Amino acid sequence: MLDNLQLLFVYAPVMNVQMLLDGIFIGAVFALAAYGLALVWGVMNVKNLAQGDFVIMGGYIAFTAHNLGIHPIFALPFIAIVMFLYGLVVYQLVIKRVIDNDMFVSLLATFGLSLFMQQVMNLIYGPEVQTVDSHMYIMTMFDDFVTVPTVKIVSLALAAVFATAIVIFMTRSRMGQAIRATAQDARAARVLGIDTNKVYMFTFALNSAICGIAGVLVSMIWVLQPFYGIVYSLRTFAIVTAAGLGNLPGVITMSFILGWVEQYAGIIAGAEWQIAAAVFVLIGVLSWRQVQMRRQRQVVR
Amino acid sequence: MYKKYSIAAGAALAVGLAGMVAPAVAKVEGDTIVIGSSLSLTGKYSTNGFHTQKGYDFAVKRINDTGGVKVGGKSYKLKVVYYDDESTPSRASQLTERLVKQDGVDYMLGPYSTTMTKAVAPVTEKYKVPMVEAEGASRSLFTQGYKYMFAVLSTSEYYLAPVLDLIAQRAKAGWKSPSDLRIGMAFENDGFSLDVRAGVLDVAKKYGMKIVIDDKLPADLSDMSATLTKFKALKPDILLVSGHSKGAATAARQIEEMKINASAISITHCEAAKVHVKFPKSANGILCPTQWLTNLPNSEPIFGDAQKYDADFKKAYPEYNTGIPYQTAQASAAVLVFKDAFERANSFDRDKVRDALSATDMNTFYGPIKFSEAGNNIAKPMFYRQIQADGSYKNIVSHEDMTLPRKVSY
Repeated sequence: MLDNLQLLFVYAPVMNVQMLLDGIFIGAVFALAAYGLALVWGVMNVKNLAQGDFVIMGGYIAFTAHNLGIHPIFALPFIAIVMFLYGLVVYQLVIKRVIDNDMFVSLLATFGLSLFMQQVMNLIYGPEVQTVDSHMYIMTMFDDFVTVPTVKIVSLALAAVFATAIVIFMTRSRMGQAIRATAQDARAARVLGIDTNKVYMFTFALNSAICGIAGVLVSMIWVLQPFYGIVYSLRTFAIVTAAGLGNLPGVITMSFILGWVEQYAGIIAGAEWQIAAAVFVLIGVLSWRQVQMRRQRQVVR
Repeated sequence: MYKKYSIAAGAALAVGLAGMVAPAVAKVEGDTIVIGSSLSLTGKYSTNGFHTQKGYDFAVKRINDTGGVKVGGKSYKLKVVYYDDESTPSRASQLTERLVKQDGVDYMLGPYSTTMTKAVAPVTEKYKVPMVEAEGASRSLFTQGYKYMFAVLSTSEYYLAPVLDLIAQRAKAGWKSPSDLRIGMAFENDGFSLDVRAGVLDVAKKYGMKIVIDDKLPADLSDMSATLTKFKALKPDILLVSGHSKGAATAARQIEEMKINASAISITHCEAAKVHVKFPKSANGILCPTQWLTNLPNSEPIFGDAQKYDADFKKAYPEYNTGIPYQTAQASAAVLVFKDAFERANSFDRDKVRDALSATDMNTFYGPIKFSEAGNNIAKPMFYRQIQADGSYKNIVSHEDMTLPRKVSY
């Protein structure tokens, strides 16, 4: 561990550049999926355990497009629409029936949905690992030491564009305002004439589309496998829990922090601590929250 | 009128019950020897499950066509009863229990993967059913004291260790001293890969090679850029990675992305991950361990040599024209071992067959087979193939066949 620190800060400080960059790129992809989850969780109080499987599904659609000779980036709008429609169907069939029930029903339902999606993807695409080649240039810096694939920069830009678009949509559009109103108080929104069922449906479909976009980026940066969704589910849950619901800047910051923590833990403590470190961050944030809340509770008393 | 029907119904029920009580399949039915197998035909192991099944079927058909199994002067045919274990260990052990207790099967062919074999072996052991397995390579399978399980393949600690022997021989032949070689390695944190790692540690120690990176990858990690960044800073000569096809795909993708320039790279399961197709640049020069090569000289009367097996199999299953996975070849070899054992035991008694299996010492197209006390094959080494610039695989017999240091341009 000590020699790793030495390596990092004394012998090869350039490594830090690579790691900070990688952390940002990883964080950007997580941020998209995590914001979708925060939306569904905050508006409908549904904890979507199938979040990661939506991401992988988007990736597999990109893989199909790639096999048909369409570059995944050009297929992106189409994939978002397909995933949006899929979200509508899933909402009508499953989610609609669990919204008003307690937490465990929604957890069970989305867990079932997750298993179902995994098996269907396994039947269609088989259990092998698949990748999509973006055919993009790889930039190098510092005498080939730091490498930055263009596809990661494009992903970062796309993630930023979509995050901005979502914020504008949420604050300016009628539907965005309705979603926010429903999240604040569903009953009051209903009294004021908002069709909350429609809002829920739209929110879930929007989340599905966001996951699909994240999936396209995942397919070009990492690998796809039908049973791989759990990785993304776990990380998005960690990010949203730590950042808080309905807090887009928080979600983005937390995603970057998670990306960096993973990278540095991987170097300093070894790769086996990479994901564990992300969970430690979550525990740290939750403990800190407890301390904060206790102070507030005392004031109320 | 009603009475007549009820008698008929009663009779039908009685016949049905009798059918259920008697085992549906006996161990030897007339002139057919029935062998059971629970294979992963759906779920995450299904691809290799099918490769295994084709290997079994091909060998069974060939043996039946060439005179069958001769026991007590009579010729018997082989038949395999399959169940689908859905890639779930608990299902595999249930199905094995069912094969033995309900279907009355007395001999078993192994399932696919170490995980499944671990679930099946305690059951076959409990009922003293001899099992020849071809797809469970983990060292840990052979430390349990199982007496009825035999494996035709080389165990996991030999997956990457021999490549260090090859590299050391090359180093001695005028490259550099083996003790100057430095290794960076990353292994998935599961039973199989940690066995691979144990084998590597032994050989590295033997030559005094220095291990500068020794990372364990979590099972659900799709990003090893931290390990590779460290690799770039420390610049070891050799990169070793083991993490099934997922690990191989991730490694190949990120080796290319990060322009890693190691003199030697060896990765397990790189053929299964098709790295030569997906990442032709970084795949160039990667050494892939394999259980079987198509140019092995060993020959036997049923299949001939490896080349003939390769040609005949492709004729029977044209969908394998691009190459036969070693999983298929070793499955066929397992059936050969059973035939040989039945004939030497000259009996269908389970224990006699078990003793005959234990005394196996034969040459097959798959390589020599001789079992240790623990049941693993100690006669066959692991082989290597090196990916060439054009994406083809070159068989490596001695260190002179290797391109080392590997020549890459990203």
